[in-house]
Amino acid sequence: MEVTETVTLTPEQEKARKRRNMWLALSIAAFCALVFAITITKMGAAP
Amino acid sequence: MTDLTVEHRVRSASFGDYVSLLKPRVMSLVVFTGLAGYVAAPGAGDWVLGFAAILSIAVAAGASGALNMWYDADIDEVMKRTRTRAIPAGRIAREEALMLGLFLSGFSVLTMLLAAGVFAAALLAFTIFFYAVVYTMWLKRSTPQNIVIGGLSGALPPAIAWAAKTGGLALDPVLLVAIIFLWTPPHFWALSLLAQKDYAAAKVPMLPVTHGAKATRTQIFFYTMLLAPLALAPAFTGLGGMIYTSIAGLGGTLFLVLAWRVYRSRAGEGIAAEDKHARMLFGFSIFYLFALFAALLTEHGLGL
Repeated sequence: MEVTETVTLTPEQEKARKRRNMWLALSIAAFCALVFAITITKMGAAP
Repeated sequence: MTDLTVEHRVRSASFGDYVSLLKPRVMSLVVFTGLAGYVAAPGAGDWVLGFAAILSIAVAAGASGALNMWYDADIDEVMKRTRTRAIPAGRIAREEALMLGLFLSGFSVLTMLLAAGVFAAALLAFTIFFYAVVYTMWLKRSTPQNIVIGGLSGALPPAIAWAAKTGGLALDPVLLVAIIFLWTPPHFWALSLLAQKDYAAAKVPMLPVTHGAKATRTQIFFYTMLLAPLALAPAFTGLGGMIYTSIAGLGGTLFLVLAWRVYRSRAGEGIAAEDKHARMLFGFSIFYLFALFAALLTEHGLGL
């Protein structure tokens, strides 16, 4: 599927967007890992 | 077309710009006092849950910062100290800060709920609400008592961390909150004596703007007289040991001396040589609070 770009970005802006997206992906992954760790800990602590 | 040209002149927002919306320096102080509260609370605790709780507090503080920058963009644009922030500088749109603040508020409270239960999560949600709504939207622009009352949100982190570990509160965490609460006015007013022209230009009713420098210096000394003895209270409840007590005693005395000098000076009246008293008090106040909580962290962390 083709994404329609309505705004033309300069190469520099495109690079900035890619970098932001990468950090965002890392943040989401870290959040998932944290929730997983909390769950495992809670399950281990349950009687 | 004009708008487009303007946009091209400003560099694109980096991830770091978004991080700057979270006020990382405030976050680091909150992490520190929260960590001390967690370590000082009774019980064994848990590394993962403790980490999650402190992280939630830090992210919640960041979220409050982003909401503050969203709401205060008009003030930040006028003040020298804040003019280069991401929103007034045009790198990030106001709405983005609002969304970031709301999302992170939600995520931080949710994480606290998962890791530490309802009470700590509710306390965290209250702290965000108090900072973003009660302080930023209401008090800051309407009363010179803004930072006194608003200081509660900055004072709560050790109690939230305590609640996260134990599920409840006690006298000790309330004392820690009271110490930071009484520390905030002399700390902030010392700074506002130095930046009152900025506050006046931005129409923020800070005490030196509304009541003058002399009244501010009196208030600084008054709150310091309350703070210095109160900071010794943990020595009597068993929360603070030898290290804490010596720091609270020595530091409190020095704080009083510096506040007395500010009281006797003409700081905030536009005389550079007099302003140095306020600058010294401001610098020392940061060191003082840091030292108190570092002492707690050391004593309880090492089991002294």
